[in-house]
Amino acid sequence: MNIEDILKELTSGEKITPDATRWLAPEEVHIEVRPGDFRNACLFAHHKTGSPVSSLFAEDARAADGCFYVRCVFASRHEGRWLVISARLDAAAPEFDSLANDIFSAAFFEREVSEMFGIKRRGAFDTRRLRLHTEVWPEGFYPLRKDFRPPEKCGGTGLDYAFRRVEGDGVFEVPVGPVHAGIIAPGHFRFSAAGEPVLNLEIRLGFAHRGVEKLFEGKIPEAALAFSEFVDGEAAFAHSLAFSMAVEKIRGIIVPGERQRARAVLLELERLYNHAADVGGLATDVGFSFPAACASVIKEGLLALNEKLTGSRYLKSFNRLGGAALPPSAAADIGAGLAAAEKDFLVLKETLYGSVSFMDRVEETGILPHKAAVELGVSGPAGRASGIAADLRADFSHLYKNAGFKPAKQEKGDVLARLNVRVAEFEESARLIRKFCCPQGQGGDAPPAAARPQSGCALGWAESWRGPVLYWVRLGENGLVERCKVTDPSFQNWEGLAQAVPGNIIPDFPLCNKSFNLSYPGNDL
Amino acid sequence: MMRILWNSFKKGILSRKFEKVSLPPGYEKTGGELHSLIKKKFGRSLHIREVAAGSCGACESEIISAGNPVYDIQRFGVDFVASPRHADALLVTGPVPRNMELALKRTYEAMPGPKFVVTCGDCALDGGAFRDSYYCAGDIGKIVPVAAHIPGCPPRPQAIVEALLLLIGRIN
Ligand code: SF4
Repeated sequence: MNIEDILKELTSGEKITPDATRWLAPEEVHIEVRPGDFRNACLFAHHKTGSPVSSLFAEDARAADGCFYVRCVFASRHEGRWLVISARLDAAAPEFDSLANDIFSAAFFEREVSEMFGIKRRGAFDTRRLRLHTEVWPEGFYPLRKDFRPPEKCGGTGLDYAFRRVEGDGVFEVPVGPVHAGIIAPGHFRFSAAGEPVLNLEIRLGFAHRGVEKLFEGKIPEAALAFSEFVDGEAAFAHSLAFSMAVEKIRGIIVPGERQRARAVLLELERLYNHAADVGGLATDVGFSFPAACASVIKEGLLALNEKLTGSRYLKSFNRLGGAALPPSAAADIGAGLAAAEKDFLVLKETLYGSVSFMDRVEETGILPHKAAVELGVSGPAGRASGIAADLRADFSHLYKNAGFKPAKQEKGDVLARLNVRVAEFEESARLIRKFCCPQGQGGDAPPAAARPQSGCALGWAESWRGPVLYWVRLGENGLVERCKVTDPSFQNWEGLAQAVPGNIIPDFPLCNKSFNLSYPGNDL
Repeated sequence: MMRILWNSFKKGILSRKFEKVSLPPGYEKTGGELHSLIKKKFGRSLHIREVAAGSCGACESEIISAGNPVYDIQRFGVDFVASPRHADALLVTGPVPRNMELALKRTYEAMPGPKFVVTCGDCALDGGAFRDSYYCAGDIGKIVPVAAHIPGCPPRPQAIVEALLLLIGRIN
């Protein structure tokens, strides 16, 4: 069903008439409904588009409009368009009806909205804080409110975080983290187990919360673009791409084709080095050192290639509003770099798939069933491994569609399926890079200066190697960033991991975890 | 098995081969000096425990890269260990969000002395891009004593090796 039809039916069938409907871009429509209709309008859009809640966030517009806004984003994949449903909330006592009882994919977003804005949710089943841990952050301080002042003295509320408890004979808990044994970001895992198998896994994150969204505010877009690369260093380019796309939409900047292709090349290069590292990570976690070393050599070669092309091993400081051009020697460097990486990747693949003991570990381990993945809103490679063929590149990008891109898909949802998806995507990315960088021009002219007003809001997106990264940006009248909502795929996917682990033994947890390889900084912001 | 042997034979020792291609010329020399210092001052091996305190992940990626077959920091006697109880040094990245303050402190306290702390990456010096955040400590020095800093965003693997050399040269 197209968005137009959904809107029509919303009025005729549900008797919800939007107060306002605005097309911000050909692929982005905003509707505003009355606060009392917000929940039903979202449920309706959720059922009709088949989309999980792609993002849900609030905005403090008390100064300009005398209210808070809550906004919920859905993707209508088959037509490649976004639907944003908003409602005005009371400035003094903001609250809205919780969606999470009906759409689980809204649950974590709602907790975030609550703690960041002090907005209440009627009927919410989980009122615990997410990132502002009660051990260190007092009650009543909401960082994303415009009149927020940090507490003079930080102290907790005295309340401990309530983990779900599993009780019964012989049940024990294994707490792990926040500091882990490897060289990796912090998080806490609470396993409840009886004997070998895990009965329940609860993941508590937020340890890497740095207040990213607040820090975006008040920056000029160029500075904010640079800052977006710090949100998640291993997906720096995808984040900067999503941010720049949002600002370009607001300013009406058209990025020339040549530069769009250059961006696609870099986005795929980011995917290559990370997928190679992830495949190697699986080998590490079963103690299989040769392929692990092989993968780290591939990654090193690709990082060196990144540096040759952009001056940065992590593709930082290269993207610009309006795009940037690759150096003229790019095609040759990429050709050589890719050839080397592909040769080693073949060895890596053959070694892993040819090892009976490795295959025995990954097959049937950590299964995330399709239904659970759909309900949790799991996306990216983890979603595709559980039979959800969603990929922003295939659904929303003409460039990729014209290049004949098809998302990788597996059905089983186990560690092996996620490995298969990564292997297929590695190979497909290499093909795409060759395709995008072959008609080498000079990068096209820089786009003309903005003709449209500089303030407004828009949604930018990029399919990073972990899945869809969304940036919803509002530029104020003064041209500065007023609100920037960052949505990283890991935010939804962590719960996917928590659901995939029970039934497995604790020693298989690293393997399950690595096969998802989710972001801590992207989740914690 | 035969495939693994054949492929590793074919690949050879990368740290040497790679040096001729693109490692900065001084890497082997720096590493060699580091190795002899570690031998002298730490009885052959320096054990490091890494703590990510709110980093963006790129610093970790470079620390891991320092251990890949190309840079192979292990051959100079540097090892990354899984527990603070086994560590001589703590390597900290990130601007230290409030949620990590206690964990960082406890990790430090769990290390046996003598011990020292090195910060890695611009964030860990003074908060970097997150300096003005409502949720970051900013100055790690307030939580644990810091002996040295490795600049960069992120520092390259060779910068990590060079910084360790400088630092260990100073330690008596
Ligand atoms: S110093 Fe740079 S690379 Fe390191 S954690 Fe901070 S932002 Fe990331």
